[in-house]
Amino acid sequence: MGFLKKLFGGLAAVQQLPSGTITVDRDGRIITSTVSSSYPKELLHTIARDVLELLREARASQMPLAEVSLHFGSLRITARELRGGVIIFLLPQTAMMPTHTPQRP
Amino acid sequence: MDNRNKILILDDDTDWLTLCRDLLSTLPSKPEIFTANAARKALAILETEKIRLLVCDLKMPRIDGLQMLAIVRQRFPELRTIVLSALEDEEFRSRAYALGVDLFWLKTEMQRNSKLFNECLESLLGQADRDQDSGFRGIQSKSLMDIIQMECLSRSSTVLRITRGPLIAKLWIQDGELFDAETEGARGEVAFQRLLAWKSGSFENLPAEPDRERTINKSVNALLLESAQTLDENAGAAGAAGAGATEPLESLNHRKTIWKLSQLTREGAEFILAVPPEGHGEPEAFGTQSVASTAHWTRRADEIAHRLGDKLEAGPLSHVSGQNLERQVLLLSRGDKSFLVGWPTDATGNLTDKSRKLIASWDS
Repeated sequence: MGFLKKLFGGLAAVQQLPSGTITVDRDGRIITSTVSSSYPKELLHTIARDVLELLREARASQMPLAEVSLHFGSLRITARELRGGVIIFLLPQTAMMPTHTPQRP
Repeated sequence: MDNRNKILILDDDTDWLTLCRDLLSTLPSKPEIFTANAARKALAILETEKIRLLVCDLKMPRIDGLQMLAIVRQRFPELRTIVLSALEDEEFRSRAYALGVDLFWLKTEMQRNSKLFNECLESLLGQADRDQDSGFRGIQSKSLMDIIQMECLSRSSTVLRITRGPLIAKLWIQDGELFDAETEGARGEVAFQRLLAWKSGSFENLPAEPDRERTINKSVNALLLESAQTLDENAGAAGAAGAGATEPLESLNHRKTIWKLSQLTREGAEFILAVPPEGHGEPEAFGTQSVASTAHWTRRADEIAHRLGDKLEAGPLSHVSGQNLERQVLLLSRGDKSFLVGWPTDATGNLTDKSRKLIASWDS
């Protein structure tokens, strides 16, 4: 099927959004993951590292958080502290997700 | 003449005294450090030296830290105080703050974040120089409304005794509800409205008096709103009376403070913190004591979230939310400022929308 690419040209690369759950230990090592193996591992490590840093900074600022969520335009990342680590939920926000629609008068 | 600030460290552990002295000697303002391993020695030093800041342990033999703090509050009301304790107990933290300490740090946290601790110290020493005549001493030179709000939100029962020179006022609070006030020959709501006009003073907590007769039936929120309306009407009348007369800046700022607090309490939020970018001014906060550390987290969280969003190409950052057993927090941006809004755990409704509305009216 490579001739189709020659005819129509290559598509621009689109950054896939991660979907699933990862569990990390206190050092940011990924213990378990349900995210597709095609998603770059380095990016998963980046997510784990940044989430752990957020929680660590909260503890250092005397405001420890049990759960933190980052809401982006097209992705929500929710992290919950567990004993010995953190579980991180990765949920893409797509146009098919239900949204609050104000009722017509 | 040596104009350096003088800091006194009190702890019965001599090794810890040496560690603290070494750490505080790295402060940029190079203060003069005194140490004492017993409360009596510390009091003797306080009598002879003009100490600006006392760093005090809690667990000590004979006269413990809480007793020491109560003594210095009476004898040296201008002295700034920091508790450095190994006791990780919320009750001790609350009791220390009720005695009017400026900061409460755990020793473990201080060792882990010595840079942040030093920044808080420098900020406190700088603040002591700047704000000698305004604000309410008792907790970090907060406004009276902050203090009343904290007592009400924490559902405490106490009598607040507030002094301003020769004037004395008292507020009676039971289970977080203000039920009586007395000052300047007035009682009840009238006394409370007069007290709101005080812009400086000091306060202390006295034991609760639950059997006292109730003279206030409105909530603090309602009293604040009425006060804001009254101040607005007075400012309007003053404007109509004097053509070209402008409201004194102090009075205008005080009116804005009352209005902002009334907004906060009406929405049901616990606190709000407005953090400008680094180097563009000081954070502004209502309803929270730990401004420096919370502002630090707000800036870092905003930075980390934006960096992550750019890396993942996940779209613009809407907000960051967090929660623990005590509260929920929301971090939002507006313009170049970051805002952190704190809500009680049982707050209902769309907190993101409520926070946006609060921030929009706050920043207008």
